[in-house]
Amino acid sequence: MKLRLSVTTTNSALLAKVEEISGENLSKCYHCGKCSAGCPSLTNMDCLPNQVIRAVQLGDEKVLESETIWLCASCFTCAVRCPRGVDLSKIMEALRLLTLRKDVNHIEVKELTQEELDELPPIALVSNFRKMTS
Amino acid sequence: MNLAYYPGCTLKNQGLGFETSALAAAQALDIEMKELDRWNCCGTVFSLADEDLMHYLAPMRNFVRVQEEGFDKVVTLCSMCYNTMKRTEQIVKDDPEKLKTINEFMYREEDYRGEVKLFHLLELFRDEIGYEEIKKRVIRPLRGLKVAPYYGCMLTRPKEIGIDDWEEPRIMEDLLSAIDAEVVKDPLRGECCGAYHTVNAKELVTERTRMIVSSAKKRGADCIMLSCPLCEFNLDLRQRDTAKEYTDFVGIPVVYFTQLLALALGLTEDVCRFDLHYIDPYPVLVEKNIIEEGEEVHGKKA
Repeated sequence: MKLRLSVTTTNSALLAKVEEISGENLSKCYHCGKCSAGCPSLTNMDCLPNQVIRAVQLGDEKVLESETIWLCASCFTCAVRCPRGVDLSKIMEALRLLTLRKDVNHIEVKELTQEELDELPPIALVSNFRKMTS
Repeated sequence: MNLAYYPGCTLKNQGLGFETSALAAAQALDIEMKELDRWNCCGTVFSLADEDLMHYLAPMRNFVRVQEEGFDKVVTLCSMCYNTMKRTEQIVKDDPEKLKTINEFMYREEDYRGEVKLFHLLELFRDEIGYEEIKKRVIRPLRGLKVAPYYGCMLTRPKEIGIDDWEEPRIMEDLLSAIDAEVVKDPLRGECCGAYHTVNAKELVTERTRMIVSSAKKRGADCIMLSCPLCEFNLDLRQRDTAKEYTDFVGIPVVYFTQLLALALGLTEDVCRFDLHYIDPYPVLVEKNIIEEGEEVHGKKA
């Protein structure tokens, strides 16, 4: 995903929604990059975790299409390390919820094979469905 | 010590050996864990949305069950259950308004008074029994066994509910020292295993499994020890898929902390249940002279 950041795209509605759902104040972030540096999912992400915050600060809704928000597994590494006390895991959750709350699933549950369903423990299925389905 | 026990879903399924070994080890250390007559799923993941009271109902209902049975303390083994329930415990304790709203919504249940305290079993070993006491009860010291503790995410993060320091935890290291095992400190011990991505993006998990398991192995670990059934699935069974993807990958066994403790306390194989893991821990236990070769384990010789 390419993010074009410019002041003309500023959309305070997205920022307001994310702040309301997450309960976090995004303007506290000064983009030191500590969250991105410690993120275990980083190698597979299409934009950096702190770029997600920047996109929301500037109101760029393309961030909702990014893979990054779904690759975040809520491990809270960023949350415990942030020098500004911003809980990015809550911001990621808010962004996922902006899709899920429109009754749109991120995964297709029906695609799971019987073999997979037999093998996967309930803890994996329940947590996955809670994070990936509406 | 007498308290209620909340098992959670996976301890009754793939994580059965975690439960059998924990109950037996706890009993050997004079902790009486009484399984709740009724319990429901904790929700596995805590909702990170603000004011999302609906998602606190599952843990709250379990706290009502604990209260109904006359307990004010409940213990859990699974890191994810611990996390979800501990965060709920704190929220309703800190915010009487939220507690009231949820109680009114669950009008068919008795009101939850917000007094139940949740423990992780590791905390009981550290704070209630003490490592010195555990040391005294060891019958079969795990001398020579090199164990890499793996914490994952949910035991130590976020800060408010972690059972130990989130960057430098030692609760599992100290337990291992008490049972005379050798601690292998691995820098990836707090790195996420990929968690629920194992359902829809297996390749993300095999990448992590390769990294985490190889790191422990490189540092000389004979096995990895952990406390989360989802981490266990990812780091143990997913070694099968990791080996398919990375042909140079060589794995090591992954066990629960309660299994090693039970073994050290001299408990028998029918409660340790090492046989339930994908990577068989017996060969290394025999090699290190902890279990004797030919010792009967579930009808098969070690």
